[in-house]
Amino acid sequence: MYQYTPFDRQFVHLRAQQFRDQLVRHLSGQLSDEEFRPLRLQNGWYVQRYAPMLRVAVPYGELSSKQLRALATIARKYDKPEPTLFEAAQHTQNQIDAQSLVKHHPNPVRAPSLTQGYAHFTTRQNVQYNWIALSDAADVMDLLASVDMHGIQTSGNCIRNITSDELAGVAPDEIADPRPFGEILRQWSTLHPEFAFLPRKFKIAISGAKEDRAATAWHDVGLFLERNGAGELGFKVLVGGGMGRTPITGVVIREFLPWSQIINYLEAVVRVYNRWGRRDNIYKARIKILVKAERVKFTQEVEEEFTRITVDDGGPHTVPESELERVSRCFVAPALGQPVLVEDSAKLLTLQADPAYQRWLQQNVAQHKNPSLRAVTLSFKRLGQAPGDATPEQLERSADLVERYSSGEARVTHSQNLLLPWVHEESLPALYLEAKALGLAQGNIGLLSDMIACPGGDYCALANARSIPLAAHISERYQDLDELEDLGPIDLHISGCINSCGHHHSGHIGILGVDKDGQEWYQVTLGGSDGSDLSGVPTPGRVVGPSFSVHEVLDVIEAVLAHYVKHRQHKETFIDALKRIGFDSFKEVANHARLAPLVSVA
Amino acid sequence: MTQALGSLPDSTSTPSMNLLQHTKALQPQASDWPGVSLATSHDEHAQQRVLILDNTVDPTILKDHLNGVDRIDLHFPKFTDGRAYSQAVMLRRRCGFTGDIRATGDVLVDQIVQMKRTGFTSAVLRDDQNAQHAQKPLTQFVGFYQGDALESPLFARH
Repeated sequence: MYQYTPFDRQFVHLRAQQFRDQLVRHLSGQLSDEEFRPLRLQNGWYVQRYAPMLRVAVPYGELSSKQLRALATIARKYDKPEPTLFEAAQHTQNQIDAQSLVKHHPNPVRAPSLTQGYAHFTTRQNVQYNWIALSDAADVMDLLASVDMHGIQTSGNCIRNITSDELAGVAPDEIADPRPFGEILRQWSTLHPEFAFLPRKFKIAISGAKEDRAATAWHDVGLFLERNGAGELGFKVLVGGGMGRTPITGVVIREFLPWSQIINYLEAVVRVYNRWGRRDNIYKARIKILVKAERVKFTQEVEEEFTRITVDDGGPHTVPESELERVSRCFVAPALGQPVLVEDSAKLLTLQADPAYQRWLQQNVAQHKNPSLRAVTLSFKRLGQAPGDATPEQLERSADLVERYSSGEARVTHSQNLLLPWVHEESLPALYLEAKALGLAQGNIGLLSDMIACPGGDYCALANARSIPLAAHISERYQDLDELEDLGPIDLHISGCINSCGHHHSGHIGILGVDKDGQEWYQVTLGGSDGSDLSGVPTPGRVVGPSFSVHEVLDVIEAVLAHYVKHRQHKETFIDALKRIGFDSFKEVANHARLAPLVSVA
Repeated sequence: MTQALGSLPDSTSTPSMNLLQHTKALQPQASDWPGVSLATSHDEHAQQRVLILDNTVDPTILKDHLNGVDRIDLHFPKFTDGRAYSQAVMLRRRCGFTGDIRATGDVLVDQIVQMKRTGFTSAVLRDDQNAQHAQKPLTQFVGFYQGDALESPLFARH
């Protein structure tokens, strides 16, 4: 993974210091809420439903075991609300169910209690906390800086933390490692003086492999590393993707851009956006709206600006070969440790015969560029804990595994799990047994219960409905791994509101929380795609009809899946069957699962 | 009122940023360009020819008309509206403007660093701002990654 230089290290310390100064002025009343807001946001600090939320940047998802331990320390020490605050929050949450129109359902959905003292993996490969007091914020930033971490630009109307393929640098289908370019762009975008107050947030994703595992087309800018006819490396550049209330995938505005021009080109894109992006309406402020309205003109203007940057300005950010080499050296594959073996041969035999182990090998273990290695995903999708949540103990024990099995490196995945990229093939049995002991070896990666979910109405101030109770309900229903395996790979994505942090638009089955007269309802979409090989051309799912109550959602999922099982052809996946049979047929089945209007009897 | 000219983009020294708490109101007159007005500033030292730009104006249209212009005022209607940063960069990098670029409007101490780095040389702080608070941020960072109106990118400085 990337090794910080002395400059990088000093930079994050100074940033923490700057934030402390701002925080002190804010807490002493010298800096108003309004003026402090963008400053705290650009350091990752939100103010949420009950408490501040911190989003820690994990560039392209890479974490060291040392960083995992620091994240655990933050969870243990700082993710601790005052007991009165926590009780009051739980009381307020309880009212949601108490006031629910559907509380008399015979099999009520029980909301798990609020939790504290944990970290949460996000779809953008970052880490969040929900209960840190603002008065502790500067100390937390210092602690992060001590392990080369920060919250820079994880929020705010600026260029956000850059995401990439969770298998970057280890995938067998890789054209080029996207991480050095991610780092070059991270450095370029960090505290960019011209682009700190854009019309709206700006997200960049980079993919360097044949398969897109980074939902690249769904970003404001999506970059695909490719080689041209002459074998030169460059980028296909997509602009204007985004979820939210107007889900659109990006369009190609440059088929091939030499890699050395990437910053110059992005400077052109962002400058044109800064000038023309709408500032009068927050819902129309993303670059996707500009691109959708003025695609040809936009592309023309970007190309013209790019020419002026490279010709008139002399291309000040043309990346020299030496810089790419310097940054690439920071990503050199780590020294591999010794394989960890299960010495007891009887135990090993029993394990080999264990279907759960075989399933884990099939679902959670991915091929590696180095044929003697594997990339292994620890599943943070399990009963009793929200998707992507990790306790301090789980983080620390994971750090142990990362050290012993993966040369000290891990990745936060887009689907909210933790991946170990450098595991010896011979170590798999031992790793499985240890991961299982931690409760992180469910063989469900890519299956229905490996769902993506945002924190939703339990924590988030924007949410219209809760995600976690629904996720818990679905996890409870779909525990049988045989059934899950039979259903095959399915992307189930849940967002608590139209901001789409749970990526519902790109789910094969997408669930969106909506608010109707102060009650929680859920809209269901089918057929979305993030752009992976499994899911096909990236596209938003289609809404099946009016929204459902929380009880109906599970019935809808069951009905849709039963329809799939009934009509699938040999080994056909859910998404393929949906495409072949057609949306309308599934839509009809989904709407049949609607309950009689129980609402009126409440 | 002090003279507001800071160092120029090609200077190797770190220019100072002239922070002003109050300034005399100008009496602008319309120009041939929409969104651009002209004014003359009279301070204790001299008269200055000033251009005042709305933040919607593409400043590169003025490239050949900046002779004799002492100062260009760029406006922040809200501190969260970042268009004037791009305008300042264009004036320095592409128009070669070497006079004073002044930030006006909703100008807060916590954005002074961005202003300085994009090429502003003076700023009229909003009335309630404490200029003392701007001093530390101006020198807090020893360097930045990307190039700006003052410096080349870090990778080019290695």
